[in-house]
Amino acid sequence: MGQKLTIEPVTRVEGHGKVTIHLDDENQVVQTRLHIVEFRGFERFIQGRPYWEAPVLVQRLCGICPVSHHLAAAKALDVIVGVGPDNISPTAEKMRRLMHYGQFFQSHSLHFFHLVSPDLLFGIDADPAKRNVIEVAREFKDLAVQGVMMRKFGQEIIEATAGKKIHGTGAIPGGINKSLSIEEKMKFLIGKDPLNVDQMITWAQGALDLFKDYHKKNKNLIDNFAKFPSSHLSLVRKDGALDIYHGVIRAVDTEGNKILHDIDYQDYLDYIAEEVKSWSYMKFPYLRSLGNKEGWYTVGPLARLNTCDFIPTPLAQKEFEIFRAYTNGKPNNMSMHMHWARLIETLHAAEMIKELLDDPDILEGELVRKGNKTIEGVGLIEAPRGTLFHHYRINKDDQIEMANLIVSTTNNNTPMNRAVELVAKSYMNGQEKITEGMLNAVETAIRAYDPCLSCATHALGKMPLEITLYNSNDEVIDIKRSE
Amino acid sequence: MSKVLNFTIDGVICMAEKGQTILNAATANKIYIPTLCNLPGLKPRGSCRVCNVKVNGKFLTACTTPVAEGMEIENNSEDIIDIRKSIIELLLVEGNHYCPYCEKSGNCDLQAIAYKYNIPAPRFPYQFPDRDIEATNGKLLKDHNRCILCKRCIRGIKDEDGKSIFAFKRRGHKVIINIDTRLSANMTDEMAQEAMDICPVGAIIKKEIGFKVPIGERKYDKEPIGSDIEEIKATTI
Repeated sequence: MGQKLTIEPVTRVEGHGKVTIHLDDENQVVQTRLHIVEFRGFERFIQGRPYWEAPVLVQRLCGICPVSHHLAAAKALDVIVGVGPDNISPTAEKMRRLMHYGQFFQSHSLHFFHLVSPDLLFGIDADPAKRNVIEVAREFKDLAVQGVMMRKFGQEIIEATAGKKIHGTGAIPGGINKSLSIEEKMKFLIGKDPLNVDQMITWAQGALDLFKDYHKKNKNLIDNFAKFPSSHLSLVRKDGALDIYHGVIRAVDTEGNKILHDIDYQDYLDYIAEEVKSWSYMKFPYLRSLGNKEGWYTVGPLARLNTCDFIPTPLAQKEFEIFRAYTNGKPNNMSMHMHWARLIETLHAAEMIKELLDDPDILEGELVRKGNKTIEGVGLIEAPRGTLFHHYRINKDDQIEMANLIVSTTNNNTPMNRAVELVAKSYMNGQEKITEGMLNAVETAIRAYDPCLSCATHALGKMPLEITLYNSNDEVIDIKRSE
Repeated sequence: MSKVLNFTIDGVICMAEKGQTILNAATANKIYIPTLCNLPGLKPRGSCRVCNVKVNGKFLTACTTPVAEGMEIENNSEDIIDIRKSIIELLLVEGNHYCPYCEKSGNCDLQAIAYKYNIPAPRFPYQFPDRDIEATNGKLLKDHNRCILCKRCIRGIKDEDGKSIFAFKRRGHKVIINIDTRLSANMTDEMAQEAMDICPVGAIIKKEIGFKVPIGERKYDKEPIGSDIEEIKATTI
């Protein structure tokens, strides 16, 4: 008797999604799909709005990393107001970067400490009543405090640069609306213990050590769970350095050969297309040169460390060398290594915050520049979850007439579906009874990508996990629900 | 010297010059009465009704009613505040007021009064009217979604010959405020800024300069509306 399993909603991720797993008569997995069940429509309802509203309006897509949308939109509009991302003032660029690294730091910390640590500390198949952040706080108090404080530090950097912790207004077309005050700078540099940047660097190293230690003890799980070959795409600085704010697009195949050679992202449409499938509101991007079957790629922390040549801060570079040596310099395709890469980036973000706070440009200088207006612009940025594209075209009256957003999680659509299928097959094929632990394994694979399934502003409160088993006649034969 | 009138607001003894409106006299006595359509220097219209006060048991608009000797005025009684709140709530549901991405947020009188009166959500159902943005003018943009038809722009923004650049168009519930294409053709940047500033909401927007004032430095970021006037704090419910 064939079966269909549904995991809805997927828990400990940002936003709402569900997974369906179809089993045949021998309980072999025949098809798995990650469905995105919300429709947001920002690309449509921004049409007609004045272009300078976009950075403030579109960031409402997300409550976790709105800074990414805010900055990607501002970068696209830099092009429209004739300044261009290479020509904004040093103060504007450094303030934006500080905002962005603050966001990386808080978002990555949130993901590791709040969403992932329960799986690592208690085990994927532990009792769900145990496998949550409250129990982490109960049993690993110091670690939980670190997680909360690291997120707080990042959020306060955002507040100082954007005006608010969530949904600020700092970046405006052609620049920024404020510089940093000396009081703000000193607060972050030598602020009251523990909220200063040196403590953050130490804690970021501590989180990395925790992961590496876990890796040593659980090598098989970390190295082999949801491992599959993939291409990788990200922004890199023109000299090949890891850069999450500005650069060129680079993609490498599973062997590390470049398949996108540091292209100008204004031309992204010449290289990237999107496919629509009937069962998901999320599109499937792919590289045109390889077609929709072979052209899919992974974005995010793992992709960024697979595409870049080096990290331009010393402590993170040291960790990067260890990370790259683990796969002999070849691209790393181990899904759980995304956590490793994410923690190296967390350390890099803390180092960058320190570097920027020490930069005099952050305290004063020209804020906004103007140039000759054009009608179209593309903004690209590395959001914590991966590459984010914003593309706008305006009419002669300054109203947006076209918007195209390819968000990080959309870029990861195919790899997430692959990861889900792999894990479902390895954990469930031929099993008589489907357990909660098996279903959490599927969620663990999704969680590695830190997806923002429709961006998190609608995800409130406790999200129950519901699994429904159907027979081949679509009749419900069992329901499991964890509260 | 003009004649001095004695009157009370919520039992507080006040004084006014003859001919002074209740609103102006209250301001002179450091008592805040909220307004939306009124603007110092412009002839009062009494159209928004937010400045409703109770005078000897009767509801009157403070911006148009002159003070009389011995008047007993209620400004912060429960029924007055409820009327003001219901007017604000009706304005909020009648248009499309999305503060999260409105660049007037923090500088908006409607939003500031809603905060002052602790209005987390309107009691009336949202109407979600289908309204346009008029963006053909080179300097200004008119967002009809946010317009509360207070006529401040019609009364306050005039060309050098004294002709209004803004005017009502259509009638009844379809009325909108229109920008005169011919008169506005030579509008200066200063005039466009003045038009944006005179609008109590975000219906008139000067083009291309959005969100230039950082959060924390906007008009109502530090203190609630009316704080510059009042010594006797308005009751909030």
